[in-house]
Amino acid sequence: MSAIAAVEAQFRARRRARMLANLGYGGVLLLCLLISARVSEAYPGALAAGLPRVGEYFHKLLPALQWQHLLDGPKAEGSIAYWFYRLDSWSWLLFETSQMALLATLGGAVLAFALCFPAAANLAPNRLTYVCFRRLLELFRTVPDIVYALILVWAFGVGPLAGIMAIALHTVGALGKLFAEVVENADMRPWEGVRAAGGNWAQGVRYAILPQVVPNFLSYVLLRFEINVRGATVIGFVGAGGIGQELYQVISSNIYDEIGAIIVLIVLVVAVIDLLSEQLRTLATGKMAA
Amino acid sequence: MLQIRGLTRRFGAKLAVDDVSLDVPAGQMVGVIGRSGAGKSTLLRLINRLLEANAGTIRYGSTDVTALKGRALRNWRTACAMIFQQFNLIPRLDVLTNVLIGRLNHRATLPSLLGLFTAAERAMALQALERFDLADVALVRADQISGGQMQRVAICRALLQEPRLILADEPIASLDPRNAEVVMEALRRINREDGLTVLCNLHHLDTARLYCDRIVGMQQGRIVFDGKPAELTADRVRDIYGASEDELRDDLAPKGSLAAA
Repeated sequence: MSAIAAVEAQFRARRRARMLANLGYGGVLLLCLLISARVSEAYPGALAAGLPRVGEYFHKLLPALQWQHLLDGPKAEGSIAYWFYRLDSWSWLLFETSQMALLATLGGAVLAFALCFPAAANLAPNRLTYVCFRRLLELFRTVPDIVYALILVWAFGVGPLAGIMAIALHTVGALGKLFAEVVENADMRPWEGVRAAGGNWAQGVRYAILPQVVPNFLSYVLLRFEINVRGATVIGFVGAGGIGQELYQVISSNIYDEIGAIIVLIVLVVAVIDLLSEQLRTLATGKMAA
Repeated sequence: MLQIRGLTRRFGAKLAVDDVSLDVPAGQMVGVIGRSGAGKSTLLRLINRLLEANAGTIRYGSTDVTALKGRALRNWRTACAMIFQQFNLIPRLDVLTNVLIGRLNHRATLPSLLGLFTAAERAMALQALERFDLADVALVRADQISGGQMQRVAICRALLQEPRLILADEPIASLDPRNAEVVMEALRRINREDGLTVLCNLHHLDTARLYCDRIVGMQQGRIVFDGKPAELTADRVRDIYGASEDELRDDLAPKGSLAAA
């Protein structure tokens, strides 16, 4: 009986201690939030004042469509065709943007693939190699692609090439880290089997690790492609090609209905690519992981 | 002949293998017995250099195994093939490719990375598979076959290394009794027919008595028994395990039935 009472008392004491600790953590978190709000000037008043203006902007973006002319030709004011009167060049720019993202993703993925194995703690031949490769990937990753783009536009001139290289560089770091983590989660028994049979490091990677990690690698590459398509649409703001360059121009010239049209197109294309890529991803992980 | 002198390996403060000396003549089938944690696995891994020793030497003929590096080390690993308790096959690759892993060190790196093996090597692999009744699963993925088949595939992989020595680390601990028998028969066959030295960690005394020419008993990292199966008397068993054989059977019986389930 007394043993039960003792455990009960202990249980209560522990619960009390945990509750106090949670309250303490909560307090610290709240304090941090308040400080960061103050530093970044995120005041509720400013939020309330600015919010209606967001709606106002969107209202401006809306085209002056008219029901009776909705489906008329591009010369009739108020028709959809009139709103999207530059659909041909926008389509081409969007296609160019997606191709930028595709090239950048592929290029980045190839380099990330080469760098990820020595950056995995379980495969790196020694601690130094591991640390060096990890830091290298971080270096690629910590610089935002838009900053790379600024530098590369200066070097290579205005156009998609600078954008592709910028996105690719950032992709190397982002994918390399994810790849390395997939490798670190691989089952090491096949690796031991290959190494014990006299296989060298490269053969171990090829036969013991690769078959396990390829489906996840593919899935991450597709995910990165989705992210890069979004990234490629804004990277043009600094002159690095694609639809972003056009968008920046119409924004700075305050041509509101064209801004609206381009945003609608971007959302559509990004959504379609996301959906397709999601299908492919489930195919990759589902089929090959079975 | 394999010569081990004063081999020692520590994990933190624990001595896993403690000043072990052992001579294994070519062609012998040796069973290493002892409780879990007696250092049997560590000993085998030290021989294959999957683990590095803290002290002591391993010699094979005129080779100082403990000093090998790079290509010479890989050649040594090829010469003493390892069989694992968990088989250590590559689940996503087919059985044939798994067996061909045994040829990796006989090939140049580049063609092997492209998955290129010669027709002769494939024939060699199929011959090995056929020898252990596995030819019909050659193109099946390695995770689709039974545990007993997996271990025999691992033995085929070992044979393709063209080794002089087989190190088997608890080869039957994950298998049911019937499959355990098939795998032990296979190990004895390559010992008798191919003249390979076999060093085999075992849990069950009866298995060791039945299949091995010589039994080595380990306790807390040290060798406490080394002799013929007939010399393994009740007293000696008590020395190795700290319990009589009957008590051990009672201990092992539920475990055995679990493994079979």
